[in-house]
Amino acid sequence: MDFMQILTIVIPSAILTATPLIFTALGGVFCERSGVVNIGLEGLMVVGAFSAAVFTYFFEQHGLGAASPWLALLIAALLGGVFSIIHAVASISFRAEQVVSGVAINFLASGLCLFLVKLIFDGKGQTPYIAHRIDKIDIPVLHDIPVVGPLLFSNVTYISYIAVIISFVVWYVIYKTPFGLRLRSVGEHPQAADTLGINVSKTRYIAVILSGIFGGLGGGVYLVTIASNYSVSTIAGQGFLAIAAMIFGKWHPVGAMGAALFFGLAQSLSITGQQVPVLNHLPDVFLLIAPYVITILALAGFVGRADAPKASGIPYIKGKR
Amino acid sequence: MTKILKNSNWFNIVVPMIAVLLGLLVGAIIMLLTGYNPILAYQSILESVFLQPYYTGETIRAIIPLILTGLAVAFAFRTGLFNIGVEGQLLVGWFSAVAVSIMFSGLPKLILLPLAILVSALAGGLWGFIPGLLKARLKVHEVIITIMMNYVALYTTNYLIKHFLYAEGEKTPNIPESASLASTLLSNISQGSRLHWGIIVALLAAVFVWFLLWRTTKGYELRAVGYNPHASRYAGMNVNNNIVLSMVISGALAGVAGSMEGLGTYQYMMINSTFIGIGFNGIAVALLGMNTSIGVIIGATLFAILQTGSITMQSTAGVPTEIVSIIIAVIIFFIGSSYIIRWCLLRLTKGGK
Repeated sequence: MDFMQILTIVIPSAILTATPLIFTALGGVFCERSGVVNIGLEGLMVVGAFSAAVFTYFFEQHGLGAASPWLALLIAALLGGVFSIIHAVASISFRAEQVVSGVAINFLASGLCLFLVKLIFDGKGQTPYIAHRIDKIDIPVLHDIPVVGPLLFSNVTYISYIAVIISFVVWYVIYKTPFGLRLRSVGEHPQAADTLGINVSKTRYIAVILSGIFGGLGGGVYLVTIASNYSVSTIAGQGFLAIAAMIFGKWHPVGAMGAALFFGLAQSLSITGQQVPVLNHLPDVFLLIAPYVITILALAGFVGRADAPKASGIPYIKGKR
Repeated sequence: MTKILKNSNWFNIVVPMIAVLLGLLVGAIIMLLTGYNPILAYQSILESVFLQPYYTGETIRAIIPLILTGLAVAFAFRTGLFNIGVEGQLLVGWFSAVAVSIMFSGLPKLILLPLAILVSALAGGLWGFIPGLLKARLKVHEVIITIMMNYVALYTTNYLIKHFLYAEGEKTPNIPESASLASTLLSNISQGSRLHWGIIVALLAAVFVWFLLWRTTKGYELRAVGYNPHASRYAGMNVNNNIVLSMVISGALAGVAGSMEGLGTYQYMMINSTFIGIGFNGIAVALLGMNTSIGVIIGATLFAILQTGSITMQSTAGVPTEIVSIIIAVIIFFIGSSYIIRWCLLRLTKGGK
């Protein structure tokens, strides 16, 4: 097997695995940039995956056909946003320890979604498989380009391109718009931002809800591109992997996207690696733990220092210095 | 009433109680909305746990690891550290205990059993040492590191089982009798439950944590560091060493929790596709127990009752067992938001005047 063939197996699969991570990591960037830690991203992905499974199935039953997963994704994003309000209320208005509230979100999401699955589908522990996924396709014309075509435009989903485009949009929003400036100032120094007339609570609420929308979207995308049905083990750590990507990407949208792609590569290699020479002698455990070990090293400053926004994790109490 | 609320000791007891009540209430509302009978559901939980010896035994069995993981989280909390890595520390402890008892199966019980538990503590302690060291030396937030360590533990233990200790059925071989905590006596009096001697280990650990934190100089230092690291440093305490020590002890407690599952409940370790959740439940137990030994025992008991009872609840009242996760989540949510409970209570008592 030559090198090009290996790449045509590995790269498209990496992009596919990375796509849900990109969305969720972008949600994490919004949230943490505003100074709210969101361990609950895992739970928000659960909500998204559950909603996408149920609503794709529902739309299919009502004859919407191939449009079903796309519509379901919108609902997954919406419900993710709604669910994140719980985290927002706890960590912003109720001044809860944000990590604790995030843990509660994870518990609640997995419990509630499985509860509802059993309720809706007569006690079964999983949803039916959806008939219409967002499937891998070869992009017309572009996939004929030599070298680049087979790598980047074959065996891909449109949603992957949307993820990449959106991460540049998020970069523009956070670094080039007044809202982005406010968001970052609230996360770095809420007291100063408050003095300048920025509504700290409102900005943080918007950021947390955005993270819910993106987290829900990430979970939904995972479902309609990879999993196809929702059960208790559908979302198993992808949310935490997205948090890792956000950190490894240094809380920067494009960095987070890059990190997500890199982690996607490691994840897909742990599956496709068996077909790749050299790698098939390497135990898959190294590829499985690679993203986590790399993130630990990054945080420790061995692979480029990663620093969190200064006010991250601290509730803002007016008038307190 | 206002006087009671201003006294923080009383408040520490009132908040968890209100949180539990709110949790059960939200659970009941969800059951009502979805067409189940909450009274029948809660009744069936209580009846099975208190009237059927098998379920009583299983409940006490479930309390064992919950006490230990709860203590692990609580201990780190006391030093101002949030150990979300209990789940991973538990897995490495579990694996080490099982591996050691299989490797040294020739040793007499008097040596092998304590050795296996000790090794599990060492393994868990090592898993806590890494985030502790990174926190102390490089100021890296322990929450993220411990989450990452969880996954490293999950995949590594799975790999080790698959390649070095594999037996039929995606698990390790059973441990030898000489390393087992299982007891025919306890099992017989509880009509065949998996109750084992680990309950004594768990209770001893609770006493150990209480003694260490509240009756020794080191414990005073650990708590001082958690309360105010700057003042502690000014008073001449070594803040960094205390942070590392706290994470090591926390990890060791979690590791022992793993050995309880390996040597007691299951007698082996299975390949886990995802986390088993006892470590995460430990966070809830510690929060509910307000980070005290006695509180952790009470919290572990409550959660064990809910979890064991939920099996009967599903068969009797038809309610899916997941309602218990929802209740636990709501309890965590309200304990986390204790500020608002305090605010509401003060408002209510003022309004009553």
